[in-house]
Amino acid sequence: MMAKIIGGYFTSHVPGIGGAIMRGDQETPYWKPFFAGFPPIREWLAEARPDVAVVFSNDHGLNFFLDKMPTFAVGAAPSYDNADEGWGLPVYKSFEGHPALSWHLIDSLVRDEFDITTCQKMLVDHAVSIPFELAYPGVESWPLKLIPLAINTVQYPLPSPKRCLALGRAVHRALQSWGGDERILICGTGGLSHQLDGPRAGFMNPDYDMFCLDNLAANPDALTGHTAEQVAELAGTQGVEILNWIAARGAMGDVPLAEVSRNYHIPISNTAAASLLLEPA
Amino acid sequence: MVPQPATAITQEQSLRRAIPLFDGALATRGYELNAMCFSFNEKANRDAFLADEDAYCARFHLTPEQRKAVAERNVLAMLDAGGNVYYLAKLAGIFGLGVQDLGALQTGMSVDAFKAMLVTWAEKIPHARIPQKENA
Ligand SMILES: [Fe+2]
Repeated sequence: MMAKIIGGYFTSHVPGIGGAIMRGDQETPYWKPFFAGFPPIREWLAEARPDVAVVFSNDHGLNFFLDKMPTFAVGAAPSYDNADEGWGLPVYKSFEGHPALSWHLIDSLVRDEFDITTCQKMLVDHAVSIPFELAYPGVESWPLKLIPLAINTVQYPLPSPKRCLALGRAVHRALQSWGGDERILICGTGGLSHQLDGPRAGFMNPDYDMFCLDNLAANPDALTGHTAEQVAELAGTQGVEILNWIAARGAMGDVPLAEVSRNYHIPISNTAAASLLLEPA
Repeated sequence: MVPQPATAITQEQSLRRAIPLFDGALATRGYELNAMCFSFNEKANRDAFLADEDAYCARFHLTPEQRKAVAERNVLAMLDAGGNVYYLAKLAGIFGLGVQDLGALQTGMSVDAFKAMLVTWAEKIPHARIPQKENA
């Protein structure tokens, strides 16, 4: 048996989505166009039954502070808790980890010359919880184990899009050399274009978002032509979360991919929100 | 075609200053303010701030610039003082303010005008793509 990468699930993780779920606003005119992206993803997941999720996201000041800010961090914990983030979201369900696969990833990444930070304890914030609340609404416990990879999108210098894609590809190589029989789902969360801070607050860039959505599957290297700073200028200061998508795309491997579903909607909170599901063609 | 940044400034540090982006200089300037905001992940700390704001700010050794920005609820001044929006959002949460309230405060718009501005970005979506494969 060999572990199998069954697909890639990408979604925005705007905290407001958590509020909408809490209030049951999914069918309201404001939220419906966003939540409409998820029924095809849920149906696909019900069929595909992944049992491990390798999730690329960024921490928003729940687990990491500026005292120690890793560029790339890999979780190696037996379980991952969510916690109070300070602005009223419910505390979400914990995830079971997969320490053996985490350590295999870590071994392989460091052998591959990625000098990552390893975390035997790691809180996961809304950037991990909300994508799974969207994918598996109402479940008692998560039906898959988690391996979280955190990318610094907070404090510059950030890793470049090129480096994030290379990290993802190294994760792909690691997964290919794993001897288990897991069905692995790759996830990238965050974005798309948005800016929360400064006089340009409220900025979005549908052109850049479409460029990313159109190229991610077939030509991810197209997204590496910008520095992280240029991405921030193009996508907004928090739009750099596209780095998580780029890394996740890399982890799917350089194989032909089919687009199972795609949704793009403006606005969700201050954000151009998207969901995307890719599978090996 | 690959979209290019509007500015001709490509040197990384100049671009960081121009946007501005939260880099080492800002992270250094804002450390105390961000540390205080990070503490607001815990409810007991949010309550302590509300009970005695001066004492709580003193505990985190806010600089005079940071203290003034917090006292005046001036978001742009907090950013100038090195505050990072991911941490500042936790301070805003204490006052029941969300990211649209922050957007309004930073742009000088009313909250309704800011929300209306967000909606107008939808007009700039270049093309509506249909998924290649329908699963429904
Ligand atoms: Fe985010």
